[in-house]
Amino acid sequence: MTENLSPQPATSPTTASAAAAARAAAAGSGAAPAGTRLDPWFGSYADRAHGMRASEIRALFAVANRPEVVSLAGGMPYLKGLPLDTIAASVAELVATRGATALQYGSGQGDETLREQIIEVMRLEGVAAHPDDVVVTTGSQQALDLVTRIFVDPGDVVVAEAPSYVGALGVFRSYQAEVVHSPIDEHGIVPEILEETLTRLETAGKTVKLLYLIPNFHNPGGVSISLERRPRIVEIAQRHGVLVLEDNPYGLLGFDGETLPALQSYHPDGVVYLGSFSKTFAPGYRVGWAVAPHAVREKLVLASEAAILCPSNASQMAISTYLATCDWQGQVKQFRELYRERRDAMVGALAEHLPSASWTVPAGGFYTWVRLPEGLDAKAMLPRAVTARVAYVPGTAFYADGSGADHMRLSFCYPTPEQIREGVRRLAGVVSNELDLATIFGTGTADSPASQSRRSSPEDVEAPGPDLA
Amino acid sequence: MTPPSSSRTSNDLRVVVLAGGLSHERDVSVRSGRRVADALRSTGVDVVVHDVDADLVPTLQELRPDVVWPLLHGATGEDGSVREILELLRLPYVGTGPRSSRVAWNKEIAKGVVAAAGIATPDSVTLQQDLFRELGAGSVMDAIVDRIGVPLVVKPSRGGSALGVSIVDRPGDLARALVASYAYGDTALVERAIVGTEVAVSIVETEAGPTALPAVEIVTDGPYDYDARYNPGRSQYFAPARLDGDVTERVATAAVTAFRALGLRHLGRVDLIVDDDGVPHFLETNVAPGMTETSLFPQAVLASGTTLAGVYRDVVERAARTV
Repeated sequence: MTENLSPQPATSPTTASAAAAARAAAAGSGAAPAGTRLDPWFGSYADRAHGMRASEIRALFAVANRPEVVSLAGGMPYLKGLPLDTIAASVAELVATRGATALQYGSGQGDETLREQIIEVMRLEGVAAHPDDVVVTTGSQQALDLVTRIFVDPGDVVVAEAPSYVGALGVFRSYQAEVVHSPIDEHGIVPEILEETLTRLETAGKTVKLLYLIPNFHNPGGVSISLERRPRIVEIAQRHGVLVLEDNPYGLLGFDGETLPALQSYHPDGVVYLGSFSKTFAPGYRVGWAVAPHAVREKLVLASEAAILCPSNASQMAISTYLATCDWQGQVKQFRELYRERRDAMVGALAEHLPSASWTVPAGGFYTWVRLPEGLDAKAMLPRAVTARVAYVPGTAFYADGSGADHMRLSFCYPTPEQIREGVRRLAGVVSNELDLATIFGTGTADSPASQSRRSSPEDVEAPGPDLA
Repeated sequence: MTPPSSSRTSNDLRVVVLAGGLSHERDVSVRSGRRVADALRSTGVDVVVHDVDADLVPTLQELRPDVVWPLLHGATGEDGSVREILELLRLPYVGTGPRSSRVAWNKEIAKGVVAAAGIATPDSVTLQQDLFRELGAGSVMDAIVDRIGVPLVVKPSRGGSALGVSIVDRPGDLARALVASYAYGDTALVERAIVGTEVAVSIVETEAGPTALPAVEIVTDGPYDYDARYNPGRSQYFAPARLDGDVTERVATAAVTAFRALGLRHLGRVDLIVDDDGVPHFLETNVAPGMTETSLFPQAVLASGTTLAGVYRDVVERAARTV
């Protein structure tokens, strides 16, 4: 082993010439020393890798898992309520009795029994589908990747809500899609503006491939598309010939137990529906799924086989056993009650400590979307928040165009109500300090020169990793 | 496999590497800690990596390591407070003592000490956030621009990894740069930007005293900010720096002079900028330089023709002998 700090590519120890050149550069041997970029493959990356850069903001999240810090930044579900003993016993039995299958390769489309159970889960949201229409994936994140992979060429447009899920924006960016945002209000994406957006893009000669929507308890917006708007949105997409990508990880986590019909139910041929067990059961299994029109589904299966051969058989069978033997709906109900209590703590604390901000009051899910008092920049403020031992995700992470600095996403899924109240209290101190600073330096008005130069580079990855509390 | 630095029996050496902490640079510190731990382990040292948390003091008391290596960047790691605790526990540790750390950590005070030792350093002013509230930002900013001129650099007076650092080319951007700096701490250092070659000189103490390793020259497209430091590719490094022989000598001497003047111990890094006349200007120093895969200190070690494991090992042994 050489020291890992030497600029040799760890993955290609046998490329002698590159390694030697890198060593020579590092050692400064030779008459005219060549500089090193510490990455001998810097010139080799595909264009789509150029946006894969960690930002300074991302480094700040490193402290957020420390117990001194109240993290309102992560998206980890609260798993302590799960019946771990029961799950442990059933997994042990699974391996003991069906281990040879569970630990073997499985079908590229996913375990048939699980696909049948997924149909039952989706029935709660009005999706009528056949098990053959379902493709099981490694989390719905992989389904997002596969759908984008089979539809999006570089330069194609994906229309997404403003704001939108940061993980989806990362996928779209990696396929070099152009993301165009269309605004949301308290009833979800605004149909009239969506219509205008699609028309404008058509007129501009753009190819719009996907309309990406999170219809229920939006991440980060916290809102849901109203019942009245759902058919209109599906109809608009259909009229413009745009496939809807419906991402629905939170649909069953409505605090009043109400579930609205999936967009898919209005037009099964025009929608690819994505579901997940990550929020209703456990993200560690990494099991999600896509429901797609049959021709699309065929391609998804082949694309998935090309990417991963098959989803984890062990995970699928464990989930299948859980669904068959545990009161999973009772568990989801428990989660809903737990998250409702935390939502209440969040909005209560915001009203008490941050009356100068405004926020959405989510009827389900994990997040509230907070608009800061005028002139504040959530991204610029984050280091100060970390010093005050509270973390959040700046709004810029949820836009592909660098906007969103006036918002932040606060999550209430993982911290306890007491922690949430304490976190918001700390945040209020940070906001007050920041307002003070904005007043002093005149950066508080939208048209000040100082705020005009404020822009986020949409290239950098600003969201925390998935393992953040 | 890098051979152990020597045949000395050292398998019984126990080192606790402190990495993490609650500073803005936690991420960098954790990575530095892992790198150093791996290198030391390859020489047979028994290494435990530990965060700075409530368990630390009891753990240190129980383990009684031969040496503690604080690889904490920012805040308590570099301001001397953790080192104070190590003194209290009578544990040998790598690096500068608490008092000198505090001096080095404060860029303004460090500049004063180094200037008094005859090394050039860019003209600067240090400004508390509160001052602007009391005097009004406009007049103070005008005075800054009059005195320092543009381009200028604004950075937190304490802190590293270029967090909160901005280069200001137009007076109108000063307010934003100050706000960015104050996000990381309530004191900002505003410094004249010197056009020249940016170099980092890593220093290791040997029997012969503080010894400068080959200077590493940094060339970036844009500022050498956090992104340029920790995402490989945007920065190009030349080790040794492309300087004339006498300038190389001058740079090494300036760095060693700064190291001595600041009372640094065992190792450190001195960041300088060399102007077009070949004069080195002191910018800042690090008592706990970064040790990640893109950091400057490890590059300097490799450029000197030695190995990281060997140098780290020597540093640890020197620290073990320091009482």
